[in-house]
Amino acid sequence: MWSMRVTRHRTIRFTALTGGANLSALFFNAANPLDRLNIPDTLKALHTAKITKGHVLMSDMGHALASVIDDTLGWHDPLAGLTTAEIVRHSFGSGSYQELRNDFLRNSHDNFLIELNKHGLGIRDLVACLNFFSKVSADEEGRLHFDPTHCKGGESITLRTEMDLLVVLSNCPHPMHPPGDYPRIPVEVEIGLATKPEEEDFCRNFRPECARALALTERLYL
Amino acid sequence: MSTLNYVESPLHEADAIYTKIIPAGDGWMHLIKAGQTLRITDLEGNQAADTFFFDAADTDERYCAQTTIRAQGGIYLTTGTRLMSNRDRSMLTITADTCGRHDTLGGACAAESNMVRYARSKRFMHNCRDSFLLQLAQSGLPLGKRDLAHNINFFMNVPVTPEGGLKFDDGVSEPGKYVEMVAERNVHCLISNCPQLNNPCNAYNPTPIRVSIWEPLS
Repeated sequence: MWSMRVTRHRTIRFTALTGGANLSALFFNAANPLDRLNIPDTLKALHTAKITKGHVLMSDMGHALASVIDDTLGWHDPLAGLTTAEIVRHSFGSGSYQELRNDFLRNSHDNFLIELNKHGLGIRDLVACLNFFSKVSADEEGRLHFDPTHCKGGESITLRTEMDLLVVLSNCPHPMHPPGDYPRIPVEVEIGLATKPEEEDFCRNFRPECARALALTERLYL
Repeated sequence: MSTLNYVESPLHEADAIYTKIIPAGDGWMHLIKAGQTLRITDLEGNQAADTFFFDAADTDERYCAQTTIRAQGGIYLTTGTRLMSNRDRSMLTITADTCGRHDTLGGACAAESNMVRYARSKRFMHNCRDSFLLQLAQSGLPLGKRDLAHNINFFMNVPVTPEGGLKFDDGVSEPGKYVEMVAERNVHCLISNCPQLNNPCNAYNPTPIRVSIWEPLS
């Protein structure tokens, strides 16, 4: 787990170093954490139930938090949420610190509470998260299917921050990961410089909703 | 269109201990006690009832869409669905449903998201989040915007395609359709009867809903 402020117009590249990665993530406006990732607003604006290149991650205040400027995987899960201690116990066994020392089986619910508290935030701020590198599809009846072979290793997704962000991450198994051994898949995080999205920017032009969210966000920096 | 599962209730409106009509664009917040049944009726059809729940004993515990979806392994709500909290516990269970499908993904409309979805000029149209915020502000409870996570949309139809697309279809609801749920604990129920005029979630004509509450059968 990890959290950090990342300045506007930086790239954040996440790379799954081996197959089966899952990185749960939350995003907040660093200047006002009430302005935060809103999965329904993001999905409604983009008419999607997955996240991939071109998409703009949107806040519940009509702002663009970050844009997906590159994605070699094609599907990241916004639906199924995070692991809890109970899910980890059920799927992977007890795995306490007493037994395993620092190999103990962590869960994203507790990880997020710890990291959020470092920024004065708490359970009221623990809203719906994204799961990078995981694929959950819905069939015609709305039943969910987790694809355990989706991430093979080596894939990356690159975000461009569109405002000063607080980024909160938890590298834990997906809550629908099949029972068995607790996966421990490292994800690399690289932060670099980006340029502001120009008029011809791919994400800005992906949908009119993306252009409007970016324009509303630029008004924060007049 | 997939299978819709219709289950009727044995309860009669005449036996309800509480009944209220919520006009379109209004909010409502009410304590539902453990064992009581709440019914929401779509009086004129194709209306969206944006709904959220807080545990009355500890409002840090509240409805969680992602937990509910993951726990039942499906995105639509209907009879048998347990409405789960952010602490992975059941808050209410849906016991009857003559509509057959309710949305977990669409969240609430807001002034700001209307600007993104439609146009800057939509900033001043009425919206569900304003109704939610007013209800929370008037509730006397220590609740506000920070406490709003994504809600249920009863009677709303938001199909997801196997390819990962999301659609806003015409409502599957009709006049008199209802959904009923039993509370496992004391919960505050927060409803906005959706005033959205920019998409077909209310068939471009927001209409009243009715809420009714029954005591436990015995």
